[in-house]
Amino acid sequence: MSVPLTLLGLLEREPSHGYDLKRDYDTYFGRGKPLPYGQVYATLGRLARDGKAVAGEAEPGDGPDRKRYAITPAGTAEVGTWLAEPAEPEPHLQTVLFSKVMLALMLGRPAARYLDAQRARHLRRMRELTEAKRAGPLMDRLLADYGLFHLEADLRWIDTTAARLGELAELVRAS
Amino acid sequence: MTGANGTRSPLIEARGVTKSFGQTQALRGASVAVAAGEILAVMGPSGSGKSTLLHCLAGIFSPDEGEIVFDGQRLDQLSEARRTELRRTAFGFVFQFGQLVPELTAADNVALPLLLNRVRRAAAYQQAMSWLARLGLEGKDARRTGELSGGEAQRVAVARALAIKPKVLFADEPTGSLDSLTGEKVMDLLTDLTREEGTTVVLVTHDARVAAYAEREVVVRDGRVTTLEPSGTDGGFR
Repeated sequence: MSVPLTLLGLLEREPSHGYDLKRDYDTYFGRGKPLPYGQVYATLGRLARDGKAVAGEAEPGDGPDRKRYAITPAGTAEVGTWLAEPAEPEPHLQTVLFSKVMLALMLGRPAARYLDAQRARHLRRMRELTEAKRAGPLMDRLLADYGLFHLEADLRWIDTTAARLGELAELVRAS
Repeated sequence: MTGANGTRSPLIEARGVTKSFGQTQALRGASVAVAAGEILAVMGPSGSGKSTLLHCLAGIFSPDEGEIVFDGQRLDQLSEARRTELRRTAFGFVFQFGQLVPELTAADNVALPLLLNRVRRAAAYQQAMSWLARLGLEGKDARRTGELSGGEAQRVAVARALAIKPKVLFADEPTGSLDSLTGEKVMDLLTDLTREEGTTVVLVTHDARVAAYAEREVVVRDGRVTTLEPSGTDGGFR
């Protein structure tokens, strides 16, 4: 999750104070990880410095910063580009698992057992997400679904790899 | 029941079960224990023997070797008549396809096992209506199950399985023919209701998202049962 681009996107909706941005971010995107005020104002400062947002005059009232921020055309263009650009698929976990499997086979260690342990860890996380999802509102359910589908994809890879371990071990031994 | 060391006593258990069909050995010493009130997922690739294990636990198949113990008694040593009675009174079943009578209404299908258990007709239909309501099927009682959607029909199947208040519910790929969201609804209801009723569930599935509804999972590979957790023992329960 890119915090600067998300805040910029919220500014495209309407000019806002830092307080409002934090509230909306926490409601829609934070999901249990609220954004610190310091990060909100530091981010707004950088967006203003880079010409993607502009700060209005300070308004009377309590609080550290009563400026209302508005998005600039450059900011709007950046949000548009970010939204249209597909996110990079994240093969990191699979790469780590693949490395572990290969290394285990090279070292004569029990690769199948490692894969089983990983499968158990994935299933445990899927149980936690399933339980959380059943009690949660729709937004939490959708976020949990995102996690569940990714974990399921990893599990498919684990199953496929486990089924091919013998073949892979022969390749490793022969090389 | 909880033992002194915090583990729950098994309600149903397979001990070293082997089962062959002709030259094909489906189970090769499978052992698994399911605690009372536990939801256990039995996973494994196609042809691994997981459905055969379920059928042995439910007394539908007799093992060639090994023991099936249910509620302290050897199921594999009971007569066919006694096992049939147990399946009617203590076990519920939800399969992927075909367990409903399509020409009968939803209420008829749910009332049927109660009538077979000699529940009086009025009471059987009253209970059937109550179960259909718990599964969100109010107003569908008079519909023939052949006219219902897949998800509705599967909820009728769950209602029918639970209507006799079984000690163990055996579910074999219960969402296998449903789309993701419909399957989720069926699993939500199945899990909620079995938890409320304290029903033990043996859930056979190849689908990790379905298995995630269980408290624990075992994997059947080449006819043997393996637990995934490194600290576990084969087929044991925590």
